[in-house]
Amino acid sequence: MSVLVFIETRGAKVAKAALEALTYGRKVADASGTTVTAVTFGDAPADRLGALNANKVVVARAAKTDDGQQLTKFVSAVAQAEGAQVIVFTQDNLGKAVAPRVAARLKAGQVAGAITLPDTANGFRVKRNVFSGKAQAWVEIKTPIKVISMMANSIPIDPGSSPGGAGGATVEEFSGDLGAARITVKETRAAGAGIPLPEAEIVVSAGRGMKGPENWAGVEELASLLGGATACSRPVADMHWRPHHEHVGQTGVAIRPNCYIAIGISGAIQHLAGVNQSKVIAVINKDPEAPFFKAADYGIVGDAFEVLPKLIEAAKKLKAEH
Amino acid sequence: MKILVLISQVPDTTARIAFTNGNTSYDGTGVTFIVNPYDEWYALVRALELKEAQGGTVTSITVGGADTEATIRKALAIGADDAVRVDAQPNDAFEVAEQIAVYAKDKGYDLILAGKETIDHNGGQVGAMLAELLDMPYLPVVSKLDVAGTTATLECDVKGGVEVCEVALPLVVGCAKGMAEQRIPNIRGIMAARTKPLTVVPGATVEVTARTVAFELPPAKQACKMIPADDAGKLIELLHTEAKVI
Ligand SMILES: Cc1cc2nc3c(=O)[nH]c(=O)nc-3n(C[C@H](O)[C@H](O)[C@H](O)COP(=O)(O)OP(=O)(O)OC[C@H]3O[C@@H](n4cnc5c(N)ncnc54)[C@H](O)[C@@H]3O)c2cc1C
Ligand SMILES: Nc1ncnc2c1ncn2[C@@H]1O[C@H](COP(=O)(O)O)[C@@H](O)[C@H]1O
Repeated sequence: MSVLVFIETRGAKVAKAALEALTYGRKVADASGTTVTAVTFGDAPADRLGALNANKVVVARAAKTDDGQQLTKFVSAVAQAEGAQVIVFTQDNLGKAVAPRVAARLKAGQVAGAITLPDTANGFRVKRNVFSGKAQAWVEIKTPIKVISMMANSIPIDPGSSPGGAGGATVEEFSGDLGAARITVKETRAAGAGIPLPEAEIVVSAGRGMKGPENWAGVEELASLLGGATACSRPVADMHWRPHHEHVGQTGVAIRPNCYIAIGISGAIQHLAGVNQSKVIAVINKDPEAPFFKAADYGIVGDAFEVLPKLIEAAKKLKAEH
Repeated sequence: MKILVLISQVPDTTARIAFTNGNTSYDGTGVTFIVNPYDEWYALVRALELKEAQGGTVTSITVGGADTEATIRKALAIGADDAVRVDAQPNDAFEVAEQIAVYAKDKGYDLILAGKETIDHNGGQVGAMLAELLDMPYLPVVSKLDVAGTTATLECDVKGGVEVCEVALPLVVGCAKGMAEQRIPNIRGIMAARTKPLTVVPGATVEVTARTVAFELPPAKQACKMIPADDAGKLIELLHTEAKVI
């Protein structure tokens, strides 16, 4: 019996998503009096894996890429060997390539995009967002094995989950069959130097109110001063003022940063659907009737071209003080 | 090329969200239903573009009751050659995937295109589950798709960037923005859709692995705190000292 946590350990440091998943897994394991086994792949050194907040780490060195089929064989094999009851993933692009497959392979029920820990008072229920954040649903998993893909930012990281926190995990190399990789990665293009949008804690976003792509320097400057990422509304991406991966909303990327600053965006329902899970929303719009103010925590009625320089100035001041 | 496109029906993006039966089911009264935007704008249109360039057929498949037929006709009006409706009321992504797998298993599709997610369920599960059941590769968030011979080249959104991948057919793709541009059906398409074949097949018996047991609406937002434009810098101060988010 154990709780399995599938995490990514590539790159120099353990990503926030992985620490959240380990925290989640640890809480589930504690509640049912069992242990945490982290499953990962790639070439992270054994000492780094041993420092994770898990009782055991199983690493598949032979899996080199996000090949969902290989990773599914791996995770499923470990789950069966360990008699895992719960398998935790993160609901990001890697998790989406693996978690539903593992669920289908093991005939296990899945909650995709969990925002709470399981409630086991009455069956095994987990809450998730539905209708693009306009409502939430409790999903009951009815199978002996449960697959949970947790949403980023839905659980505070337990300090013990940081590398070197608890530590002392035993590290095992997986030697089972992964099958051939069917996906060949030809090229990787980094999305610029900044923080990837889905991971950003602070997002500065702008819409058609900015009038044209030449006016984005201020938006970028504010984002960079605050240590955040930039985003935009759909028409802005459609008109190629900004790259499509910055488009947030119902048909773009859904984000849930701590702070979302929206400049010159009306706040159409489809836009809100992708940002309404943000912890704090600040809106700058020259129209006091803009619907976005109804969803905002802070608002400024004013012209972006006058307000933005003031925000930049204040952000510079704040940065200088800290 | 034989292409299957997964078409789901969802409430219009502006629809009111309300629940009935003691908050256990969505209240669709008076709601307009549409084709899930990812399925329509990206999966279906890219399928049609590939067919137009290289020949082949585009079949749409929907798991749902007779109430989904207007939505299915929309997919036919945009250009699918024929449509299949699996007559079942799925309650969970796995049930949808199993129904489609049972139908598609022996049909020899080269390419199966799904949306990256539904805008009501937001699971991003069905495509991956189907791929597992059919033993095919699956890429979850794809913004570009080309096919040459028996090889597909795809641009996939991954953490921190884009990966260009090559995969041999057959495969399942989760289609996202960038892949194609929305097409508005024309009168000819709408007329033709009326007579295109829509085959209804009975649903298979599938396992129930998970169920939504209750819905909730999020707590109401507190009133917005307004800051005068002349004093805009105050916003940054409040975000730091009061909201503590920067
Ligand atoms: C099916 C569907 C899906 C969609 N999905 C998305 C989605 O995912 N994401 C998305 O964003 N949209 C989406 N949309 C589009 C959405 O309905 C809106 O059209 C869009 O969000 C509007 O973008 P905007 O606010 O930038 O532009 P506008 O609606 O044009 O608003 C511009 C705003 O800027 C303000 N403004 C103008 N000048 C200034 C100035 N100088 N200073 C300050 N404020 C100023 C105006 O008052 C106005 O409120 C979708 C639509 C549909 C039908
Ligand atoms: N009932 C359904 N019938 C056909 N295809 C579906 C159905 N539900 C979901 N899909 C497909 O699976 C994708 C992902 O759905 P989901 O897992 O619900 O986010 C959708 O974009 C559709 O392409």
